[in-house]
Amino acid sequence: MTWPAVLALAVGSYALRAIGLVALRGRRVPAFVEDVLTLLPAALFGALIVVSTVGGDRALVLDARVAGLAAAGVAVWRRAGFVVVVIAAAGATAAVRAVS
Amino acid sequence: MAKRPSILRSSLALGAAVGVFGMSFGVLAASADVPVPMACAMSLFVFTGATQFAAVSVVASGGSPLSAVVSGLLLGLRHTGYGLALDRTLPRSPRRRLLAAQFLLDESAAMALAQADPEDGRRAFWTAGLAVFGFWNAGTLVGALFGSVLGDPATLGLDAVFPAAFLALLVPLVRTGDGRLAAATGALIGMILVPLLAAGLPIVLAAAGAIPAAVVRRRARRRHHDP
Repeated sequence: MTWPAVLALAVGSYALRAIGLVALRGRRVPAFVEDVLTLLPAALFGALIVVSTVGGDRALVLDARVAGLAAAGVAVWRRAGFVVVVIAAAGATAAVRAVS
Repeated sequence: MAKRPSILRSSLALGAAVGVFGMSFGVLAASADVPVPMACAMSLFVFTGATQFAAVSVVASGGSPLSAVVSGLLLGLRHTGYGLALDRTLPRSPRRRLLAAQFLLDESAAMALAQADPEDGRRAFWTAGLAVFGFWNAGTLVGALFGSVLGDPATLGLDAVFPAAFLALLVPLVRTGDGRLAAATGALIGMILVPLLAAGLPIVLAAAGAIPAAVVRRRARRRHHDP
C-alpha cells in the first residue's frame, strides 16, 4: 500500500458517496444502473474469495488457505459471528501448515 | 415514531460488531506490511471496510496500487446507490449532504431505510454513522498495534483471513437468486483470469459479473409488471 493509493481511495470513496447524495439529488437514475450498482459487491466478493484462496503468481495454487476457507464456510453455515469465522480460517490454515 | 433509546441501542450494538471487524482489518493490514499510521488513515478517510480489505488484499497478493484503488472503488460504487435510496430521508441542504456523505455506509443506510418516519430515518442515519465511525477507528488502531507485534503472518494463517472476511461480507448478499448469480459469475471470471493477467486485474474485471445478474433482475421486474 502506498500513500498516493490511500489518498486516491479516500477521495474516490468520498466522491462516490457524494455523487448519489448531492449531484444526483432528486433525479431519477435508470433502474438497470441501480441494479448493477447494488449487485457489484456480490460479484467482487465472489472474485475476491477465489483469488485470495487459490490465487498465486499468475497461477492457481491449492495450499493451506483452502482449509482456512473451508473452516470459514463451516463457521458461516453454523451462523457463527465474524470473529469466529476469521479465527477458524486462520486456525485451520495455521494447523495445516504446521503439520505439512 | 421509533423510540430514541432503541435507535441508540441498535447503533451501539452495530458499532461494537464493526469494532471487531475494524480490529481484524488492523491486524491484517499490519500483517500485509501496512504501517500503523497508514492503516489508521485508511479507516479515518476511506472509512469503508469492504474497500479497505479489498485494496489491502490486492496489494498483499502482488497487485499494483492502481488495481488496488480501482478494485476498492468498484466496491464503493454501492454507496452511490445508497445515496439515491436515501434521497427522501436526508435533509435537502447540499451543505449538510456533503457532511452526511462521509457517514454513508452499509450500516447507516440500512438503519435509516428501516425507519418508517423520515425524521427517525435521519436520526438513525447519524446515530449509526457516528457509532460505526468511532468503533471502526478505535478497532483499527488496536488491531494494527496488536498485529505489528504478532509473529509471522503465514505461520499464523493470517493470509486465510482475507477469503474468510470476504465470505462473511458476501453471505447477506446471496440471499437472492440474482445475488448468487453475481457472486458465481464474479468468482468464475476471477478464477479464469488469475493465470492470464497481472494480480489485481482479475478482481477489477470480475465487476462485470454484476451485469448478467442485473439483466436477470430486470427481466424478473418486467415479468412482474406484465398483466
